[in-house]
Amino acid sequence: MTRRRWRAIAVNAAVVAATLLTAAPLVWMVLVSFMPRGESSRFPPRLWPSRWSWENYHELLARRLIDGAWFDYRIVPALWNSLAVAALSTLLGLLLTVPAGYAFAKLRFRGRERLLQLLVAALVVPGQVAMLPLFLIFKELGLVNSYAGVILPSLAGIFAILFVRQAALSIPDEMLDAARLDGASERRIFVQIVLPLLAPITVTLALFMFLGSWNDFLWPLIVLADQHLYTLPVAVAAISREHAADGELMMAAAVVTTLPVLILFVPLQRYYISGLLGGSVKG
Amino acid sequence: MTRQERTAWGFVLPVLAIILFVFALPTVLALALSVTDYSIYALADWGALRFVGLGNFTDLLTTPLFWRALGNTALFALLGVPMAIGTSLAAALLLHDASVRWKPLWRVLLFAPYVTSVVATAVVWRFLLNTRFGLLNRALGWIGVPPVDWLGDPHASIPAILLFVTWKIFGYNMIVFTAALAAVPHDLMEAARLDGASRWTRFRHVTLPAIGPTLLLAAVMSVAGFLQIFAEPYVMTLGGPAQSTTTVLYFMFDEGFKWWNLGQASAVAFILFLMILALTLVQARIGRRYEWL
Repeated sequence: MTRRRWRAIAVNAAVVAATLLTAAPLVWMVLVSFMPRGESSRFPPRLWPSRWSWENYHELLARRLIDGAWFDYRIVPALWNSLAVAALSTLLGLLLTVPAGYAFAKLRFRGRERLLQLLVAALVVPGQVAMLPLFLIFKELGLVNSYAGVILPSLAGIFAILFVRQAALSIPDEMLDAARLDGASERRIFVQIVLPLLAPITVTLALFMFLGSWNDFLWPLIVLADQHLYTLPVAVAAISREHAADGELMMAAAVVTTLPVLILFVPLQRYYISGLLGGSVKG
Repeated sequence: MTRQERTAWGFVLPVLAIILFVFALPTVLALALSVTDYSIYALADWGALRFVGLGNFTDLLTTPLFWRALGNTALFALLGVPMAIGTSLAAALLLHDASVRWKPLWRVLLFAPYVTSVVATAVVWRFLLNTRFGLLNRALGWIGVPPVDWLGDPHASIPAILLFVTWKIFGYNMIVFTAALAAVPHDLMEAARLDGASRWTRFRHVTLPAIGPTLLLAAVMSVAGFLQIFAEPYVMTLGGPAQSTTTVLYFMFDEGFKWWNLGQASAVAFILFLMILALTLVQARIGRRYEWL
């Protein structure tokens, strides 16, 4: 019995150690972001702030007059850009893919199976292949350097359609047929019967879409040239090139970028993880 | 057309139109672009465009940096897959143990890095790996290891970035493996225990065969993920030092959007596509073998 007890203690200690090790970079990020400027790169460097200071956040976020010209790192505008882009692409993405996923699962129409096969096949093509011509097309259409240019490609939610379809397959046909016999229109059936049933996976999908858009980097980097339109990752990458040595400032920028996502993720993690496990798409 | 059919088309047409416009059409055009000499001149005037056949592909084969990028990407995958899958499996086995308390709490904390922005955490890790002030070298210093120039030494740069990538992504497969472990037949485990099988024997002959297919599938999918590494070197090393972290996608980005050789870059994209296609075929074969697909 005691041997088993020692083992339990050892296993629990190992779990705690692994968690601490995993959390350490994020904890350090927060600690350094509150250090007075330059403290993290003094020798010997400190682990804990000598005093808690907001000056890095002030430096990063506040707009101020330098030599008669306004200057800021454009992090606050980037925060709003990221928020707007992520919110819009989530909202539009849901509007487009949830009805489509349901239609592929439950509505009969000619060519359904063929289209479905095409969508599954299209999952094989990495999105990066489309990026180069897409840039040229958007350039011709004047979509480069616009929100629309960032958001449009994220709306091609093939994975999302298949994800919703998978969930919608489990809705009993009898339920829909009964509503049809009662004279309900197809649209009404979708809104009043199907949507409530799909609510949990819609939350999961919304979370996937929001986080995906918030964290997206390569496409916004390509399509946005104007600093005023930068999303957070693009803005942070740009600052990090010029201020690589400025540890405290960069950590504050990292906190501003990661914190909103973690705040959103923690209360909704149940949805995220269940989606991750149930979302294996098999055509 | 029935009422149902009309509604169905109303539901699927908008998204299909967008997929056609931003995905299908550009993918076909990428193929077309890869056989042209599309460069900065054509960007100004389409008339300057010439058909070059497979010229871009043969050019690539004689470009040392392209081979370097291929080699680096292969190294990322070769080292990264065992590292990431191993860490995920170790964490999953640890969390699976019956004696662990507050499992949901540990699960969320271990998974948290996965949902954060690659760019932001890459910035954090670049500082963490700093030769003089980084946490990692200081931790190594406490046990007497001399400082390593993680991101400045061409031999250390890929392992250093892989440390970061592993930290960021292991939570994902940890969750997948925890679910697979929970599905290992309990009576089989109990029978092995009654037969006096040791912990290792039980792992080797009961757990591993049961979760084997999941492991294999995760490994193949991880390779596809490692083939698409871009943001990490972009933020942490700019592809350096001495081009030791220039990946295929990094090469494509530079070729396309720094030098505007979009024809050449499309050829790179197409090669990337073929590699991922090959992987998917392998994955499908594995799936068929274990009868999931």
